[in-house]
Amino acid sequence: MQVEPGLVLSFCSAIFFIGFTGVLIRRNILVILMSIELMLNAVNLTFVTFSKQLHHMGGQMSVFFIITVAAAESAVGLALVIAMFRTLRSVDTDEIRLLRE
Amino acid sequence: MDINPYFFYTFAGTAIAFSLLVVLKKNPVASAFSLVLVFFSFAGIYALLDAHLVAVLQILIYAGAIMVLFIFVIMLLNADAPSFDLGRTHIALRLGSVFVAVCLFGLFVWAFHNHPSAAPLGPFTPEKIEAAGGNTRVISELMFSEYILPFELTSVLLLTAIVGAVAIAKRNTSIQSQSGGQKRAS
Repeated sequence: MQVEPGLVLSFCSAIFFIGFTGVLIRRNILVILMSIELMLNAVNLTFVTFSKQLHHMGGQMSVFFIITVAAAESAVGLALVIAMFRTLRSVDTDEIRLLRE
Repeated sequence: MDINPYFFYTFAGTAIAFSLLVVLKKNPVASAFSLVLVFFSFAGIYALLDAHLVAVLQILIYAGAIMVLFIFVIMLLNADAPSFDLGRTHIALRLGSVFVAVCLFGLFVWAFHNHPSAAPLGPFTPEKIEAAGGNTRVISELMFSEYILPFELTSVLLLTAIVGAVAIAKRNTSIQSQSGGQKRAS
């Protein structure tokens, strides 16, 4: 029994679109940030799969930089969540409507 | 690819099941702990794909650092009230986003299965990596030779993120202390 690269890549896209759906349908901003992490992880696995398939190390190097960007993104994102909670006393994205009113 | 199919299906099934739980669980703490299990499954798949250093970094950085940050913020905000508010979102938006996600997923699966990558093969065959001293050594040598400029720019990015996070999270307190100082002056 052999695992085709297409199957691994399909698994990556499944995880990516689960995260995509999470960003769109959830309203808790913490869960939206977690869904973004899921999408970044799916892309990382795609890079590693192509790195293995094409015998090229550039994929695994890209994963390092993506992990760094993800760490920076979650640090700044969670700081924004704290600032939002201080202002609105809520983590619901529907409460952000200052410009609409 | 020569990877063990049983391990791959186990890790892939665990990752898909727990990532669905991340999206569908009411409680953000439950979502966070499901996400930890997803990260561990991904680390297993990286190890299957011979990316050992990436697998270890996945556990150290994602499951170690980022998830601790998430859980710390959840505890700090005390946002324990279940906020699974699918019932209150627009049903058209919900159904539409699921439909678009399923359609795009089908398109991706079709593309990955019918149009395999035709890029030229690189120099790092598994035998060469083995001869050069293993995955970690090859990546370290590449990181400090060919990829030295992005590696140095990464440190600038991290510094910017630290300063930005502190500035954003501290902004309210500085305004409060300023107004407090004015009150005391008047």
